[in-house]
Amino acid sequence: MIAKDGFLGRFLREFAGNRTATVAAVVVLLIALLAIFAPLVAPQDPYDLANLVLRDARRPPGYVGTTGTLHLLGTDSQGRDLLSAILYGLRISLEMGLLAGTIAFSIGAVVGTSAAYLGGRFEALIMRIVDLQLSFPAILLAFVIAALLGQGAWQLVMALVFAQYAYFARTAHGAASAERHKDYVEAALSTPLSARRVVLRHILPNTLPPLIVVATVQVASAIALEATLSFLGVGLPPTEPSLGMLIANGFQYLLSGRYWISIYPGLALIVLIVSINLVGDQVRDQLNPRLKR
Amino acid sequence: MLGFVIQRLWQAMIVILAMSVLVFCGVFAVGNPIDVLISPDATQDIRAQVIAQYGLDQPLWRQYFTFFGRMLQGDFGESFVYNMPVTQLILSRLPATLELVLFAVVGASLLGIPLGMYAGYRHDAPAAKIIMGLSILGFSVPSFWIGLVLIMTFAVQLGWLPAGGRGTTASLFGIEWSFLTIDGLRHMLLPAINLALFKLAMMIRLARAGTREIMLTDTIRFARAAGLSEGTVLVRHVLRLIAIPLVTIFGLELGSTLAFAVVTETIFSWPGLGKLIIDSITSLDRPVMVAYLMLVALLFVMINFFVDLAYALLDPRLRRARA
Repeated sequence: MIAKDGFLGRFLREFAGNRTATVAAVVVLLIALLAIFAPLVAPQDPYDLANLVLRDARRPPGYVGTTGTLHLLGTDSQGRDLLSAILYGLRISLEMGLLAGTIAFSIGAVVGTSAAYLGGRFEALIMRIVDLQLSFPAILLAFVIAALLGQGAWQLVMALVFAQYAYFARTAHGAASAERHKDYVEAALSTPLSARRVVLRHILPNTLPPLIVVATVQVASAIALEATLSFLGVGLPPTEPSLGMLIANGFQYLLSGRYWISIYPGLALIVLIVSINLVGDQVRDQLNPRLKR
Repeated sequence: MLGFVIQRLWQAMIVILAMSVLVFCGVFAVGNPIDVLISPDATQDIRAQVIAQYGLDQPLWRQYFTFFGRMLQGDFGESFVYNMPVTQLILSRLPATLELVLFAVVGASLLGIPLGMYAGYRHDAPAAKIIMGLSILGFSVPSFWIGLVLIMTFAVQLGWLPAGGRGTTASLFGIEWSFLTIDGLRHMLLPAINLALFKLAMMIRLARAGTREIMLTDTIRFARAAGLSEGTVLVRHVLRLIAIPLVTIFGLELGSTLAFAVVTETIFSWPGLGKLIIDSITSLDRPVMVAYLMLVALLFVMINFFVDLAYALLDPRLRRARA
């Protein structure tokens, strides 16, 4: 039984040993499922204009609407069921975070690994640019790019990628430089295998563990960044209301005591981000050989 | 040392130059300012006249050189919206942001370093675990949401503090400051806390990590063996050793707090630079956008330069090499 266990099995068993991280992982999974199946789970389709009843706007949690639907978390400024809006918003936020994270991961891994492999001036130039970018806060970079490109989903993803690829490039470069000088790479290079194959099949897989750790943290921070940018009005257009947009929409009603329009989307956002971070912490501890007993 | 300074200055200049090209091309690729400047039903003649007046009929590279030449003299043109020189506009908003950022960063350091050192010194104590748990929260929760919660709790529900604005200001050296009046301080408290929380979490984590590491070294063992009290060990040895990374972070954070101030100022309608840039983005006020972005770039390059310099001065190995 134990002999059959691969790396993944051992990894999962160790992960389950940490109760906080396991709970967090379950929460992330649940949120992801809720987001994917939002059209089936949500009490109403928040974007179907037929569902908007202005008379029911800004009602507190637990209000039963004129059409007889129960609004568990209340309604927003247009009479939309807030719970449904949050589920659909989670969907957009997760989509943006994962998309930006994946692209930044790919670009960063390729840039970092090839810089480490090629060395020389190319490496010096690339890593100097990366270091320079890292000395600026990610939120500032993303904000500037988003402001320059204007509102829109692709513009936002580009801004997030631009702000985040450097973290991946730095990590991939560090790991790949260490691998580059190991005997097995020299051995692979002395065979007639092409350099590209050595980089892609030998060096890159060995840089994955640290990159995966960075990825969890960066997906969480991409979601937070997206929410912040949308809150400021330089992120997604109003036709794609992510959690940040929902919070921004409710902000103007906060002062008159209608807290739920902003606070509940915010809670959903925070539960998501904190859970991903907790999972990321545990993955980092497990993949870090220095902490291995 | 002089060679190091010259090399760094040279690099800083190249970065500024690159940034000016990027910002210029980036901002000027967004939308057509003519549509903002004149009404759509203006005649072709007026249109052409306005375009020529702002030099928008010139090729892009020539526009850039005009812009760059003026920038060197501190002239960023006139704001489309406020009808006043951008430099003057930015200078009038700077004090509000500056006092907010300084309050937040200094407060976060004064509170965060002792808390972090305690958490590192007694890392198994329950209080230390609570401190660390809260610092994780401070890291993950987006600051704009904390701002909302602060407003909801202290301004709306409890009614203790105002929800926005700068309050009464008093004049010092011809500049209006909020921190000189009680009312101004009351207005500043919530935004400053909002801005400080992230920095606080970071200071705590850094101070804790540094303290834990240094407490295990021989330096501390010998200091204790020499009969120094724990307090003296902490202040005279641990604090001094963790000071180097903390100073670096303090400098860098001063800059990044300016970036976060955009969020905080928007939430608390604090009339500083951050609010100005958000307003100028929504109203396509190009000269203000360009000037703000260049200012931030310049600030960051300067901060990095001085942090490098401070690092070189604080690092005993480099100091000895000079002597």
